Amino acid sequence: MSGGVDGRRGRPGFERGRGRPGFESAGTTTGRRVGVVAAAILVLFGVCLLAVLVGPAGLTAKGVLIELADRIPFVDADSGLSTRQQTILWEVRVPRIVLGALVGAMLAVAGAAYQGVFRNPLADPYLLGVSSGAGLGATTAIVIGGALGTAALPPAAFVGGLVAVAATYALGRTVGGARTEVVIILAGVAVAAFANAIQTFLMQQHDETLRQVYSWMLGRLATDGWSEVLAVLPYVVVCIVVVLLFARTLDVMAVGDIEASSLGIRPERVRLFLVCIATLGTAAVVSVSGLIGFVGIVIPHAVRLLVGPGHRLLVPLSLLVGAAFLVLADVVARTAMSPAELPIGVVTAAIGAPFFLVVLRRSGREAQ
Amino acid sequence: MTAVVCRGVGASRGGVEVLHDVDLEIRAGTWVSLVGPNGSGKTTLLHALAGLVPATGRIDVAGVDPGRARRREIARAVALMPQRPVVPEGTTVRELVALGRTPHLSRFGPSTRADREVVDEVIAQLDLHDFAGRYASALSGGELQRVVLARALAQQPRVLLLDEPTSALDIGHQQQVLDLVDSMRRANELTVIAAMHDLTSAAQYGQRLVLLDRGRIVADGPPAEVLTAERLRDVYAANVEVLERRDGPAVLPVRGDGPVTAVRSSRPARR
Repeated sequence: MSGGVDGRRGRPGFERGRGRPGFESAGTTTGRRVGVVAAAILVLFGVCLLAVLVGPAGLTAKGVLIELADRIPFVDADSGLSTRQQTILWEVRVPRIVLGALVGAMLAVAGAAYQGVFRNPLADPYLLGVSSGAGLGATTAIVIGGALGTAALPPAAFVGGLVAVAATYALGRTVGGARTEVVIILAGVAVAAFANAIQTFLMQQHDETLRQVYSWMLGRLATDGWSEVLAVLPYVVVCIVVVLLFARTLDVMAVGDIEASSLGIRPERVRLFLVCIATLGTAAVVSVSGLIGFVGIVIPHAVRLLVGPGHRLLVPLSLLVGAAFLVLADVVARTAMSPAELPIGVVTAAIGAPFFLVVLRRSGREAQ
Repeated sequence: MTAVVCRGVGASRGGVEVLHDVDLEIRAGTWVSLVGPNGSGKTTLLHALAGLVPATGRIDVAGVDPGRARRREIARAVALMPQRPVVPEGTTVRELVALGRTPHLSRFGPSTRADREVVDEVIAQLDLHDFAGRYASALSGGELQRVVLARALAQQPRVLLLDEPTSALDIGHQQQVLDLVDSMRRANELTVIAAMHDLTSAAQYGQRLVLLDRGRIVADGPPAEVLTAERLRDVYAANVEVLERRDGPAVLPVRGDGPVTAVRSSRPARR
């Protein structure tokens, strides 16, 4: 835009812009959009490279890089890594990085979708009780299953999460009426409290399982080859593609239900559908990664601060930044107290909570 | 040509029937002002026309049945300008106006060159050029109503519904916004149905007034016939004088104690 804020002193109402950066031309052009996404892809790529190089098994950086290059079609190179080292790289490190990226991307995209459909900046993928339900499912599997429990944990957590959200939704619908949007969040609180109570009871009765349950609840990216990646991949891909397709609809949702309806969409249907989709994806990743907190809330907010609230940029960027963030957090979790591992949920919360306060402070100042 | 037909229309909100047996026929290209006390059903009638609340009876708005048609189809025929628009933080004026193209875009496809041209056109038409790149949340009330009008026009509707579009504005901005709506009505052959609180401007801009009371139409016709002091006393329990003026009747509140004095319509009261 030509002409500065100063050039229009005569017009009332403009002074309020306070000339903050981006005020003049806050619209995102296609060129800028492509640039930002490309930058985020580079960051994700760099973080993954870092993650693949860092580890205890004594793999040389050069060897790893050559080995990676060897997998590029038509490139043939000898990395000099032993078979065992190759196995560590391809069956331990890489699947763990890929899983971290999938989980991070899914949680961040689900968070963006939740915040969009509920028009509530505090909405996160765990809002409707999926975490407590999954927690209860996981605890039940460990308590009842014994040795089998570990194998039964992911499906039990998945089912528990979905059941809890279904209960929340049914409860919200029965009481809801016109205020479904608010009531459903309150119903989520009630369902979560109920599931937590049962879970606490179970854990108290079977205190020998505490350690196992806690380790799951704090989140971990433990992989056994590629099986976890393959288990969540279809859910993550489908859910993320759907949310990406709905990016423009989410922009329309931002003007509230009445105006969105008069612009030609059905907000209540969009909300239900996207909540189902985001919950499905969340339940899937939570079942293998445990409860990794703060990604779903911090990442979309950080991205919003960078590029504004338009979902056509917010959703893809949340995907990339969420993936990069979790891969990086896992590097910290693996190395900070090496050889012991920190639960990744501890790392994301330790970085996420202070960051979130900064975000809140900034948005509070802007709102004044 | 008729733009809007209502036959025996009723609607309820929260289980309470708020609109009864509304019959209405509106010619295309006219401005009809909906007046009536708070809770008389003005907003509900507008929402029924926009298909935002379920209604009984027969409604036809620009050839669309808002009770049955798909939302996109309704939104291409009818645009609603809300009283206090919701302004998402960090959204630019241009982005907000472009939302008006939503019903014309394919579900998941990108906006086309034609869509962008429509947006450019309404931005030019409403003189919003200098605003386009600014955050809508930084605008004043009057400027914001212009932006929301632009969004409604970007829908390229045949019928424009206004829900008390100026009640948050000062008198000067009220006039500017209403003048603008009227010029857009002439330029784009729009039918305007506006719920309005201010009876004088309702009469100045509306070629026809529809007076609602407790969900029923109690008067319908040219402003001078609808706005009589007696009727306003009955419907609003208000003590007013109606002045006959060149640009239509003007309603003037009268302060007085005791019982409402019977004032003869369209003539200044004499003591």
